Amino acid sequence: MSANPDPSETQHPVQEAENRISRREFMVRAGATGALLAGAAAAGRALWKPDHFVPGFQAEKGLQLANYAPEVSKVLPSMAIAHGQDHDSTVRAAIGALGGMSRFIKRGDVVMIKPNVAFDRPAALAATTHPEALRAVAKLVIEAGAAKVFIADNPINSPAGCFLKSGLRQVANDLNLELLYPETNSFSPLQLEGEVLKHWTFFHEPFKKATKVIGVAPCKDHNLCHASMTMKNWYGLLGGRRNQFHQHIHSIVSDFALMMKPTLVVLDGMNVLMSNGPTGGRLSDVKHMGTVVAGTDMVAVDSYGYSHLLERDLAELTYIHKAHDRKLGNKNWKDTLYKEVQA
Amino acid sequence: MKSNFRDLLKLRSVRRVAQVFFFSLFLFFVVISDLRYLKGYPASLFLELDPLVAFATAITTHTVYMGLLLSLLLILPTLLFGRIFCNWICPYGILHHFIGWLMGKRRAEERERIEANRYKKLYSLKYVILIGMVVAAVCGSLQIGLLDPICLFHRSMTTAIMPMLNIFIPSSVYVRQYFHMGAWVIGFILFFLVGMNVLIPRFFCRVLCPLGAFLGTLSSFALWRIDRDPDKCVDCDLCLKSCEGASDPHTQLRKSECFVCFNCVEDCPEDAISFKFMPPLKREITAPMVPARRALLGSLVGVGFFAFGRGSGKTDRDYNKKVIRPPGSVEEKDFLDRCIKCDQCIRVCPTNVLQPSLLESGLEGIWTPILNMKLGYCELNCTLCGQVCPTGAIQRITIEEKTGMGPFAEEGPIRLGTAFYDHGRCLPWSMETPCVVCEEVCPVSPKAIYSREVTITKRDGNPITLRRPYVDPALCIGCGICEHECPVTDEAAIRVTAIGETRSRERRLLMDGGVTSSVRGLEKRQR
Repeated sequence: MSANPDPSETQHPVQEAENRISRREFMVRAGATGALLAGAAAAGRALWKPDHFVPGFQAEKGLQLANYAPEVSKVLPSMAIAHGQDHDSTVRAAIGALGGMSRFIKRGDVVMIKPNVAFDRPAALAATTHPEALRAVAKLVIEAGAAKVFIADNPINSPAGCFLKSGLRQVANDLNLELLYPETNSFSPLQLEGEVLKHWTFFHEPFKKATKVIGVAPCKDHNLCHASMTMKNWYGLLGGRRNQFHQHIHSIVSDFALMMKPTLVVLDGMNVLMSNGPTGGRLSDVKHMGTVVAGTDMVAVDSYGYSHLLERDLAELTYIHKAHDRKLGNKNWKDTLYKEVQA
Repeated sequence: MKSNFRDLLKLRSVRRVAQVFFFSLFLFFVVISDLRYLKGYPASLFLELDPLVAFATAITTHTVYMGLLLSLLLILPTLLFGRIFCNWICPYGILHHFIGWLMGKRRAEERERIEANRYKKLYSLKYVILIGMVVAAVCGSLQIGLLDPICLFHRSMTTAIMPMLNIFIPSSVYVRQYFHMGAWVIGFILFFLVGMNVLIPRFFCRVLCPLGAFLGTLSSFALWRIDRDPDKCVDCDLCLKSCEGASDPHTQLRKSECFVCFNCVEDCPEDAISFKFMPPLKREITAPMVPARRALLGSLVGVGFFAFGRGSGKTDRDYNKKVIRPPGSVEEKDFLDRCIKCDQCIRVCPTNVLQPSLLESGLEGIWTPILNMKLGYCELNCTLCGQVCPTGAIQRITIEEKTGMGPFAEEGPIRLGTAFYDHGRCLPWSMETPCVVCEEVCPVSPKAIYSREVTITKRDGNPITLRRPYVDPALCIGCGICEHECPVTDEAAIRVTAIGETRSRERRLLMDGGVTSSVRGLEKRQR
């Protein structure tokens, strides 16, 4: 046989030889077919799920949040009320009265600071954490030796606009704090034995590394739950269908006190949103109160805020009573170890 | 002569550098059209440089809006050197150049490449399209944006490509995923036009592009052009091998088709082709070739587009309740005089509320922006859409003008529409359940949504006290955050419709414009 047989010269025996296949070829081709068939069968068996399930009713698992609360002190106050003229000195006075930031933050700590930046508003309207309040707290945290500081919130309005126009992005830039936007992959489900909050998608990203958590909240009127202060601030860590919370708002807000055991909370009552909350919108909605409350018991801090800063009757603030009754804090702030100072 | 040749060789390299630069610049502007990065960059520069945008809006509005004057910068080089825009600057042209090169036959099939770059009669279609669009503009309907390459490419990037990137790499483009109604239509049009390069290199540029037709017409007057020396030419047709415009450099040059890419100069083995100042007219076909009857047909389509569109009534009495235009938008008919469908407003919107309409605003309004409150809401302290709008379809208003603050208190805020409750779907109204998220998020002060406490007997006989919400039409600005945040998410229990928009006197709701002294002076609400 020549290497390149001319078709015209092809002879009968050659054709016959071409029509037959070698044993080797048979093994290879049949083997390939057989292997594919066996592979398909194995894959089908491995992936086979003989049971059905009911969509929407699967068991749910979620992460547990660490307890960030400081050790209970018998000597140092658990709440401090400071009156002053500017954020920096008043925040310093309040935290100083608690025993200084070194009581809460140790060298090398990774600190998550949670401001309330729910709305795309300028700071003067008091609907968001004031940038100077954040700056004062963050400076103290850095002075105490924190290795890293995160700032994070999941606002109702668009995140970029909220951080920009509230002035908090500027503070983050100035002090080299890491601003975390609520990105798609920042959330994981949280598991809780709350009154109504059991399983919910949670802004987990900042808590992967944080060793301490500080809430810095404005003090504001709220149309449905009467007031948004340090407890309500943790609303901004949840994702998903938050607009359902309003159906059980007081239970939910008291559940936040169960969900989050913060290192410290700071209630910024320098300028208080007295009406048209939680969004505000006019300077006439805002009242200057010149007060900052800091503490480790959110229920006590919020009780003071409601009665002395928003100047209303605590009896109507259902979530405080729920939290108190569930032993998540003490609504009778006067019974706690507290200190009132002038900046 | 040899040194001259080397100079031009350099010119082809310079062109490639320019192509990379302008394409990157375009992508840069697309990326930074985002609140996080937008720091006073001229994000709409390409749209403002586009002479067809300036020309067509000048026809419809008799004005040249703000930055559109910059388009003169492109008219000047076109009148000197021809359509250099198409192959040096136009990002869409550069895309097609690259894809055409990628899909084209390589060295082996030189003859096939030469055949693919011969002029075809089909290439005069773009002039017919341009005529149709100009005639529609004269009638009062701006449709150039359908095919203008800058508008088309920008729209495709905004609504199809950027969200696609973010789907594959979450939070790479947006903090939260953006969605765009009918993005798949725009995406497939992009794929189709890009894919056509396989059949006809630079199909879009040669066959469809109305901007190319516009610049082609202008380039009839160009002082310089590619010229073939017939004494040196050996008729090998190699100049067609990489001819981008299919402008027949191997014979009488079709001046209006030439993209001035300089490929023919380099490809000519005889040095017969050069870029010359005022070569003899007899060696060129100066003006575009458009058969008069087809031009007439194009005009008729333009007239029809306008007349049938208007005749369908969507700009008039039968206006769609869902056509809620961005804040600062001009009255609907004027809007259609100005909007070029570039969708830059949609790109820059920080809440994803702006959407390209398909047929909601009628035939003429295809791909113009409307608000979809299911996907977003209008941010109170934001006027970004008007800041980037190159044509003033959305005017460059200030926050004070939008919110009716300070010196604009007398006029009051800009309203996009009005919110209405659907009691059958509202939890406190018909399901014995507390809610009022709508009141919480209402951004105006005093709130346009207020609630009244009622105690009702539930089905089980127990009493429940809850708040039932109402809309104050004099205060509602139609921002839609109530609808967006409503827990009844498939079809919200409060929905904004276009009635009450301040841009149109015909579409207002309250006789006094919603500015009543009693409401303006409403005292702080004490609960």
